[in-house]
Amino acid sequence: MAKKWFITNRMTFTFVLLGLVIFLFIIVPLFKMIVASDPKILLDTALDSKVISAIWLTLYAALIATTIGFFLGVPLAYLLARFDFPGKNLVEGLIDVPIVVPHTAAGIALLFVFGRNFLVGKGFHLIGIDFVDSIAGIVIAMLFVSVPFLIDSAKEGFKKVDVRLEKVSRTLGASPWQSFFRVSFPLAWRSIVAGNIMMWARGISEFGAVIILAYHPMIAPTLIFERFETYGLAYSRPVAVLLILLCVIIFVVLRTLVYRGQKT
Amino acid sequence: MIQIKNLRVDLGHFLLEDVNLTVDEGEYFVVLGPTGSGKTVLLETIAGLYPVKSGEIWLGGREVTRLEPEKRNISIVYQDHVLFPHLSVAENITFGLRLHKQPHQQVTQTLNWLSDLLGIVHLLDRSPDTLSGGERQKVALARALSIKPEVLLLDEPLSALDPESREAVQQELRRIHNQLKVTTIHVTHDFEEAVALGERIAVLGEGGIKQVGTPEQIFRQPASEFVARFAMARNIFAGEVVERDDGNTVFRTEGTELIVVTDLRGKLHASVRPEDILISPEPLRSSARNSFCGTVTSIADKGSTLYLTVTLQPDFICLVTRRSFEEMGLAEGQKVYITFKASAVHIF
Repeated sequence: MAKKWFITNRMTFTFVLLGLVIFLFIIVPLFKMIVASDPKILLDTALDSKVISAIWLTLYAALIATTIGFFLGVPLAYLLARFDFPGKNLVEGLIDVPIVVPHTAAGIALLFVFGRNFLVGKGFHLIGIDFVDSIAGIVIAMLFVSVPFLIDSAKEGFKKVDVRLEKVSRTLGASPWQSFFRVSFPLAWRSIVAGNIMMWARGISEFGAVIILAYHPMIAPTLIFERFETYGLAYSRPVAVLLILLCVIIFVVLRTLVYRGQKT
Repeated sequence: MIQIKNLRVDLGHFLLEDVNLTVDEGEYFVVLGPTGSGKTVLLETIAGLYPVKSGEIWLGGREVTRLEPEKRNISIVYQDHVLFPHLSVAENITFGLRLHKQPHQQVTQTLNWLSDLLGIVHLLDRSPDTLSGGERQKVALARALSIKPEVLLLDEPLSALDPESREAVQQELRRIHNQLKVTTIHVTHDFEEAVALGERIAVLGEGGIKQVGTPEQIFRQPASEFVARFAMARNIFAGEVVERDDGNTVFRTEGTELIVVTDLRGKLHASVRPEDILISPEPLRSSARNSFCGTVTSIADKGSTLYLTVTLQPDFICLVTRRSFEEMGLAEGQKVYITFKASAVHIF
């Protein structure tokens, strides 16, 4: 049945055409930018210490944000999947707000809490953490805009775990903690990892919220922006190509790892 | 022994109240109730999975009303698909034992004992999603028995099974109960299942217990509309299946012997649907093996159909259409013949 499905009727045929348009729209710019690059310039860029440190900073700041998101987001995802409480819809809606607001606005909102003149910022300042023009600032900006992806994905994962499995494990002698770590968490694992990957990828690509809090140290998206503004297209493109290539490779590898087990 | 006193559970959308039950040590107790009567809520409350509003639950001599489920030593088997999908059959069965950090040797010993008992040795390395419904239910049962529970709770354990494996698992439940004598509370909406397995039955309806008694008491003197409807829809008899000298297998009850088709033997129950019984003023010549003469003692008019009670020791309830009823000119006190096939008698 799967063989000639695409010509079976006019509707699927039309949909295939429409789908192809949007697919090419996504693929062509990325593809063209990569193939049009001069390998020599690309190599020079890759060896540019400024570029290397910007990309490296991007990757690990996003990783720190994802780790924080994992420890704080997974428990919340579990609560949202398991319990009903008044105002739950509101909470779920608010969690997704960072996805819909302009990210520069998100950055300004963060500044109002984590800036040195504000309460939370003051508190952190006392223990030596500042959020303006620092890695910590990059991390919270990434965390803010990307954590909804992790929470939503983990929540869906927990929802798919039959509550009765947890109940059975309790009657067999498991404490709530044991029940979570031996039953719910392993069963929702795949969704949680998928959420982590999404969150990390989203963190790497963040620009708007980051530049408000920390233009320096410079992450790769900021570097691309700066080179474009100062030197123009020719100089910004190689950095963009490198970042895209790196993201695609990481994304493909992780996706393969996560989905490989699922098919067997 | 488990005692439930004035139990009240309020889940907001669902209320269970005035539940009083005593289940004796080693008893097989069935809670019978229609869908939505709160059977699962009752079981899960006994297991400690729902908070109790008021009332008490006693397990042996200790009160467990507010005790966490993991400290009660009460295990539960659900209707379907509730094996841990990420664990093998063996890991499912030993889940509780490994939690209790039992020595490896003891875990293996219990695993061997249970898999022998339930005949699932060949399944131990399999993954739950490769098992049939009946096999899954046996694994769930082994898992529940692994912690040597004081009380075993069965939540509609047969409902999700096809008729054949249902019969098999039902016999397995009876055999294992006879062997281990674990105090068991089994909830079901299936009347015949309740009668077949329960030493005593509690009938649950609209938020509370309506009646408690032996199966015979329940279907002879139904105290609720729900049970009465079942009792009315079935002629149910308690008796014994024996092999007669003439080679026929018969079900002996109250002095009457019904010819039946079954491989089961011993003290059992039989049911005959009222619509499977033919009524005639004269003896019928037919292939049906059961034919008896009795007296019409009462007539219940349901419109287009009528229920006749024909007394011959025991009483049979028979369904006739208004048309036949009028053509035969049936009336109370009249002598009639009732006829039904051996295969119309369900033994359970």
